[in-house]
Amino acid sequence: MSKELIYLSNISKSFDGQLVLDELNLKIHENEFVTLLGPSGCGKTTTLRILGGFTSPDTGRVYFDGQDITHIPPNKRQLNTVFQKYALFTHMTIAENIAFGLKVKKKSQSYIKDKIRYALKLVNLEGYENRMPDSLSGGQQQRIAIARAIVNEPKILLLDEPLGALDLKLRQEMQYELIRMKNELGITFVYVTHDQEEALTMSDTIVVMNQGYIQQIGSPESIYNEPENAFVADFIGDSNIIPATMIEDKLVRILDTCFACVDEGFGHNKPVDVVIRPEDVELTEPSEGLLQGVVTHLIFKGVHYEMEVMANGFEWLVHSTTLFPVGRQVGIRVDPFNIQIMNKPESEDEEATVIDI
Amino acid sequence: MKNTAKKIYIALIFIFLYAPIVTLMVLSFNASKTRAKWGGFTLQWYSALFQNRDIMEALGNTLFIAVISSLAATVIGAIACISMNGMKRRTRSVLLGIANIPMLNAEIVTGISLMLLFISLGMRFGLGTILLSHITFNIPYVILSIMPRMKQLNPSIYEAALDLGASPGTAFFKVVFPDLLPGILSGFLMAFTMSLDDFIITHFTKGAGVDTLSTKIYTEVKKGIKPEMYALSTIIFVTVLLLLVLVNAASGTKNEKAKEKES
Repeated sequence: MSKELIYLSNISKSFDGQLVLDELNLKIHENEFVTLLGPSGCGKTTTLRILGGFTSPDTGRVYFDGQDITHIPPNKRQLNTVFQKYALFTHMTIAENIAFGLKVKKKSQSYIKDKIRYALKLVNLEGYENRMPDSLSGGQQQRIAIARAIVNEPKILLLDEPLGALDLKLRQEMQYELIRMKNELGITFVYVTHDQEEALTMSDTIVVMNQGYIQQIGSPESIYNEPENAFVADFIGDSNIIPATMIEDKLVRILDTCFACVDEGFGHNKPVDVVIRPEDVELTEPSEGLLQGVVTHLIFKGVHYEMEVMANGFEWLVHSTTLFPVGRQVGIRVDPFNIQIMNKPESEDEEATVIDI
Repeated sequence: MKNTAKKIYIALIFIFLYAPIVTLMVLSFNASKTRAKWGGFTLQWYSALFQNRDIMEALGNTLFIAVISSLAATVIGAIACISMNGMKRRTRSVLLGIANIPMLNAEIVTGISLMLLFISLGMRFGLGTILLSHITFNIPYVILSIMPRMKQLNPSIYEAALDLGASPGTAFFKVVFPDLLPGILSGFLMAFTMSLDDFIITHFTKGAGVDTLSTKIYTEVKKGIKPEMYALSTIIFVTVLLLLVLVNAASGTKNEKAKEKES
C-alpha cells in the first residue's frame, strides 16, 4: 500500500447539540480515489470540511503527512476543494479565476500563463480564457472549478458532490473525466457523494457512512458483494435483505427453507441477516425452485425486467432478462456463492434505515 | 378603444403627479416676477441664485452632509449586513425588522426624538448634529439595498478564496466585496438622495445659523417667494431625479444578470 497521507484520528463534531461525527477514524493514502458515501446528514460533508479546514472538530486530530494540521487555517493547507455549487468568482474571467490561487502565492506572470493553458487543456476547455463564468454551462463551470483547484498543485483534491447539479448524461461523462484527470495528475482525490453508482464507478476505496459512523471501508467490489451490515447492503444497489438463521457452517435457513451457502464461522443456530442481490435470484419452474412464489409486479427497466415475487411471506426483488408475467407461479433458486451472510447489527446505529432517493 | 383609454388614464396619472413640478420648472425660467403671467424666457434667477452667498453656503453644507453621511452610513450598513449574514436566521430577521423601523417611523418623530437626544446629551446644534442624524436615518436604506445582494451571494465563494490560499482579508476584498458592490453602490446613492432632500429631520437638528438647501428654501419662502427659489427647487429636483435613475440603473443591470443566471 502506498504512503499514508491523511489520518483523521478520533474526530467528533456536533452542531447545536446534534452529534454529526462520532469518534471517526480514517486513513487516506497517496494517489488514492476515496469516496465518502452516505445519505444526507451522515457526516460526509462535515468530514470533508474538517479536512479542508472550514470546520474544526470538537475533539480529535487531523494529520497531514504526519503533521498535525487540526488548527491550521484553510489558506495554509496543501489541499484544494471543488465546491458543490462550483463557487466560481463571477466578476472574474475564466483565466482570472484559475489564476487566483497562483496570484495570491505571487507566482510569476509567465508561470501563471503556462499553468492556465495547461489547466484548460486538462479539462478540455482550451480557448475559454476570456469568457465569464456565467456564460458557461454547468458542466463547463464545474471543470473550471476543478482547473482552478489543481493549478495550485495540491496533494489532495477535495470534491464535495461536484456532479450533483449536472444531468445524468453529463454526470457520466464527468465521471470518466475525473478518473482520467486523477490518473494524469497522480494526486489523491477525496470525493463526497450520496450517489452509490458514482461511488462504485470512480473509487479505489469507498467509505460508507451513516449517522456519523463509518459503516464499511473497502473497494467497490467488496462493498457491493460483501456488505458488512444491512445498512450498507441496502444503500449500495438494490437488495433483498432477509432475516435468517445460520444452522451451521455453509447452511442457512431463509424463510423456513434451507439454503446452501459458502460462509463459515458464524456459529450454530445464530440469527443473521442475508443479502441477496436481485440479479442473483434465479426464477425457475415451480418444481425446480427451493421456494415457490407468485409474481406480483413487473416493470420493464431497459436492460432487464424488474419483478417482485411473493414467496413465504417475503417480497423478493428480482432482476432478470427473462419475463415472467404477473400471476405466474415460479420457483426461486439462489447460487450458494451469491448468498451474503451478515451479523445482526449490534447497535442501533448500524440498523438499516429506509432510504428514499 | 381599450388601448386609448389606457393611454389616457396613464397620461392623467402623470399629469397629476408632475403638473406641480412642471409648473415650478416653467416658472423658474419666467422673466416676469409675478406668477400670473409669462414674461419671456430667462436664466436670470439661476444666475441670481449662484450669486447669493447664503444659498451657496447652504448648498455647500448640503453636499458636505450628503457625502459624509452617506459614506458613513454605507460603511456602517455594509458591516452590519456582513455580520447579520453570519447570524442565525431568526436573530437576523429580528434585527432586520428592528433596523427597518426608523424607515417607517414618521420623520417628524425621528426628528424630534433626535433633537431631544442631542439636548439631553448637551450637544451643541450645528453641522455635527445634522450629520449624526443623517447617518442614523440613512443606515436602514443602505441595509435594505445590500441585504438582498448578500442573500444571493454563494456562501462558498469566500471559502473557495480561502481554499486557494487567500487570507481572510484578501478573500473578502477580492471576492466577496466585488459581488456586493452593486448593492453597496445603490445603497450609497439612495442614502445620498435621502440626505440631499431631507427637510424635517434637518429642521429639528440643525440649530440656529446653519442651513441646508431645504431648510434655506423654507426660511426664504416664509419671507416671501422669490423666483430664485423656483430655480433652486428645480435644480434639487433634477439632481434627485438623476440620482434615482442611477440607482435604478445599477440595480437594473444586477437583476438582469440574476435572470440570465436562472435561465
